[in-house]
Amino acid sequence: MVEQGIGARLTRKEDDRLMRGRGQYVADIRLAGMQDVAFLRSPIAHGRIRNVTVPPQYNDAVFTSADLVGVKPIRAVSSLPGFKASEQPVLATGKIRQVGELIAMCVAPTRAEAEDIAASLTLDIEELPAVHDMLAARAPDSPLVHEHWGDNVVLETFADIDIAKAFDAPIKVTRELRTARQAMCPMEGRAVVAAWDSRLEQLTVHTAAQMPHINRNGLSECLSLDQAAVRVISPDVGGGFGYKGILLPEEICLSWLTMKRGHPVRWIEDRREHLTASANCREHHYVITAYADRDGTLRGIDCEAHVDSGAYSSYPFSACLEAAQVVSILPGPYDFPAYRCRTFAVATNKCPILPYRGVARTGVCFAMELMLDAIAREVGMEPYEVRLKNLVRPEQMPFDNITKKHFDSGDYPQALRRAIGAFDLPAIRERQRRVEPDGRLIGFGLAVYCEQGSHGTAVYAGWGVPMIPGHEQATARLTPDGGLELRVGVHSHGQSLETTLAQVAHEILGVDVSKVRVVLGDTALTPYSTGTWGSRCAVMAGGAVASACREIAERAKQIGAKLLQADAASVTFRDGRVVSASGDVGIADIARTWYLRPQDLPGDVHRGGLEATVGYKPPVDSGTFSYAAHAALIAVDPEIGDVEILDYVIAEDGGKLINPMVVDGQIYGGYAQGIGTALYEEMPFDSAGQPLASTFADYLLPGPTEVPAPRLDHMETLAPYTLFGQKGIGEGGCIAPPAAITNAVNDALKGFGAELSVSPITPRRVLEAIAAAAANPAERAGAAA
Amino acid sequence: MKPARFDYERPRELGAALALLAGDNVTTKVLAGGQSLGPLLNLRLVQPDIVVDITAIPEMIRVEEEADHLVLGACITHADIEDGRVPDVTNGAMRDVAAGIAYRAVRNRGTIGGSLTSADPSADWVSALAALGAEVILRGATGTRTLPVEDYVVGALETSLGTGELLETVRIPRLSKAARWAYVKKCRKTGEFAHAIGAVLVDPERNVWRAVIGATESRPIVAADARELFGGRGDAAALNTFDARIADRILINAGMSDALDRQIHVVALRRAVAQAAETALQ
Ligand SMILES: Cc1cc2nc3c(=O)[nH]c(=O)nc-3n(C[C@H](O)[C@H](O)[C@H](O)COP(=O)(O)OP(=O)(O)OC[C@H]3O[C@@H](n4cnc5c(N)ncnc54)[C@H](O)[C@@H]3O)c2cc1C
Repeated sequence: MVEQGIGARLTRKEDDRLMRGRGQYVADIRLAGMQDVAFLRSPIAHGRIRNVTVPPQYNDAVFTSADLVGVKPIRAVSSLPGFKASEQPVLATGKIRQVGELIAMCVAPTRAEAEDIAASLTLDIEELPAVHDMLAARAPDSPLVHEHWGDNVVLETFADIDIAKAFDAPIKVTRELRTARQAMCPMEGRAVVAAWDSRLEQLTVHTAAQMPHINRNGLSECLSLDQAAVRVISPDVGGGFGYKGILLPEEICLSWLTMKRGHPVRWIEDRREHLTASANCREHHYVITAYADRDGTLRGIDCEAHVDSGAYSSYPFSACLEAAQVVSILPGPYDFPAYRCRTFAVATNKCPILPYRGVARTGVCFAMELMLDAIAREVGMEPYEVRLKNLVRPEQMPFDNITKKHFDSGDYPQALRRAIGAFDLPAIRERQRRVEPDGRLIGFGLAVYCEQGSHGTAVYAGWGVPMIPGHEQATARLTPDGGLELRVGVHSHGQSLETTLAQVAHEILGVDVSKVRVVLGDTALTPYSTGTWGSRCAVMAGGAVASACREIAERAKQIGAKLLQADAASVTFRDGRVVSASGDVGIADIARTWYLRPQDLPGDVHRGGLEATVGYKPPVDSGTFSYAAHAALIAVDPEIGDVEILDYVIAEDGGKLINPMVVDGQIYGGYAQGIGTALYEEMPFDSAGQPLASTFADYLLPGPTEVPAPRLDHMETLAPYTLFGQKGIGEGGCIAPPAAITNAVNDALKGFGAELSVSPITPRRVLEAIAAAAANPAERAGAAA
Repeated sequence: MKPARFDYERPRELGAALALLAGDNVTTKVLAGGQSLGPLLNLRLVQPDIVVDITAIPEMIRVEEEADHLVLGACITHADIEDGRVPDVTNGAMRDVAAGIAYRAVRNRGTIGGSLTSADPSADWVSALAALGAEVILRGATGTRTLPVEDYVVGALETSLGTGELLETVRIPRLSKAARWAYVKKCRKTGEFAHAIGAVLVDPERNVWRAVIGATESRPIVAADARELFGGRGDAAALNTFDARIADRILINAGMSDALDRQIHVVALRRAVAQAAETALQ
């Protein structure tokens, strides 16, 4: 028999359906009488609606905020002191704060006709000066996104741990760094089909979402409906990455509309809506000073960081999570004694920013790792040597770092050594001394990070946002034919949970994975869960499934003991069978007996039968810390600015891998997105706050030829607090590539004295850096001081 | 992102197509491969009453090989050229250019005529066919006229196609065996439009010295006598004497004020010249 339990490289159960095009996504749903919705959206970034004129023939087909009586705006408030709350109107109520903001909802038998109606509306709008740059938004004379705030700061956070002790360090390097605003670009965009069931008196919202129970919370709140009157179904979902974690005003609009009109309605997001209107991610700005000794030992980090939060606070993560996280995670995997960090989450006239795969880590890794290289250049050491001086060492584990993050386990220096060991670094250095035959310059770059994943109640209670994870629950249910049904509240949109959770169940109950059915994505069928985010499913849903299956095993033992006429305490459960001294009985027979031949069981059998819902939370739920070292070998064409990745190595530790092949897939996917952040993806804006990339012709994503296969190297340090030693690893792949690739480019360009400090590394930026260095040979480019 | 309502016609005769285009009180739009028109319709940037699909018209897919020319109907696709389903008179140059356009799905449908008529300065045929010295034959209600490709594309997204006219065929001169050709396209990812193009054709037997700098803000810059780029030399070693300063001056004169922009365009041309010189050695 093929090994199917934890650790098996099993092919994915869901692939048969997904790879043959038999998946069912929201856009595949056809309900009788369904009509399509298109929205009139704001063409400008900041203004006041004076009037919307509807041609009389469309009076019944157009709805504005005045129609949505009783519908509440979206509010995502954090309890962090000083947080300024915003209200995102479902349809604009007067003031417009971003391009793409919803103004009117138009309904027609087809989307094209709905767009005709939207195009027929006349919008009278008073344009206000817009602020689209987060630094400009801090200026005292900036236009205000929310006037009653008095400024544009959503939240300021601050930490100072002995920074003054670093000031006498002999090495001091300062840089100003920036990461571009991005769009998350799942293959499937958002999509909603809403229908009112008059028999059940229930609203059913089919939505491409990764946290369906959270959508349900938000819908029930904004529409003032009982939770029981709302069912959220997320069928197959084509990628989430955080984008499908937010409650969209469109979901509320369509819910209201189906209740108003009685027939199902649908809205399928198009690419322009995705790129320009709903939410972006990643935009950070840092001014950062690193203090060090001449041997590369870090003495302290002093940072002021800004995150462009856009116009509104998205539900449930809020407008401050990204910025506030910067304070606590900027130190990365390093141990140093002094730290100061001030962060600002800043409101601008742009769409909201959302946590995207890797969340703030991609930005802070970029910031820290560029600084470590800057130190290395300053002290004349190899970048890996500087890192080895400062990485938390294995003998320090578990380690509470300077911001009190509890690093659970691992050997960070070993990951770095393994990444370096995959290259012949002396040969690379030698090669750099010669000119490449094609005139290009090669460069070698590193980045190391650790990633908190599966963080639980305590961490989120601290943020005080509308969504705080508690015990994760799973239901396990043996069926009369000996199959197993698992019901979990997280969702799977690329994470392969139908396979990995079945493997966890197989590990406990021995049921063949082909007979394990994993039910996901329906609030009516699954236990409450905060859903899929924060690299939490393997740990939390995996833990919950294992716990529920263990309960089933206990119950099966009782029944099996009866059938074997043995004492329950004397039997064991092994490979799907209850075994006594004299014989054994399989789980299928036990199930058949419970369901179909109850007369064979005595009266005192456990009344819960073969179905159990069990909650799980690790005893220490401050998070698992997976980590990795990334190393990139690249070539830069200094005449045209192109960057090519020649070789890329990822040495990573995700603890126990439930399915190593699935983990490889997660790393590949994250790495591809990391390359996008590093080299291609950027949402530019003009001075009026207009997003300038509204199609994929202008918003560049890496394609297959831009993502050369990385070499992966797995380490395995078991997580001390999780059931099998597994760690969250879903996001990691995209955290380090921007830093590793930028460091490699800077390594290649060091002969010019050129340094890049803004991602993505476009050909234009490469040429500008070289030109700037040529123009000011004395002054190192990139330095802010 | 759905188009506004339109009617669709697919005439089988050239005359019928021209009659549709000449219709009064209706706006029409010609559809070839739809790879550029499709997005324009979906974004509602164009809202014609009638879309006239010309791909069923025999003249539009005709292929004629003459002694010193190849004539290709405007609806011959990039993939037809890439796969060698049509003859080649350019020693493989056109096959290589075709293979570098977009990606396969686009090449299966996108046409040589649609590409020229879209007149995107960054498009490949716009520069490559100008460098090859190709001509277009336009058909209107009153007859045909012939223009060099560089006169057909008059600006960004602008051609000299008259109202009611169709681009019918493209005439490509046959290169001599000793001709040297190189085409360098700089783009950031596979399938992207170019950010800079350099193309050179040196065919001394036919007394042809052409160079093109493409993917500028406007129509490609054509040096019909490229010897100026080689210090005026017209001998075999001329390709080794490329003068980047002259190329730079041409760009300045063409209004390209940004120094880094000029740099990548000059480098693209310089590399094309170097490649052409290398082919000569083989
Ligand atoms: C994702 C993508 C990437 C691309 N990348 C590249 C690239 O790298 N390089 C490149 O060169 N191109 C690229 N293209 C464009 C592609 O080559 C198209 O084939 C080309 O732009 C249009 O050709 P078409 O046959 O599809 O024309 P259509 O879209 O059908 O028509 C384009 C325009 O020309 C008019 N027209 C078409 N044929 C005629 C005719 N015979 N007479 C008069 N008018 C006519 C139409 O009315 C329309 O205005 C790309 C396109 C896409 C979608």
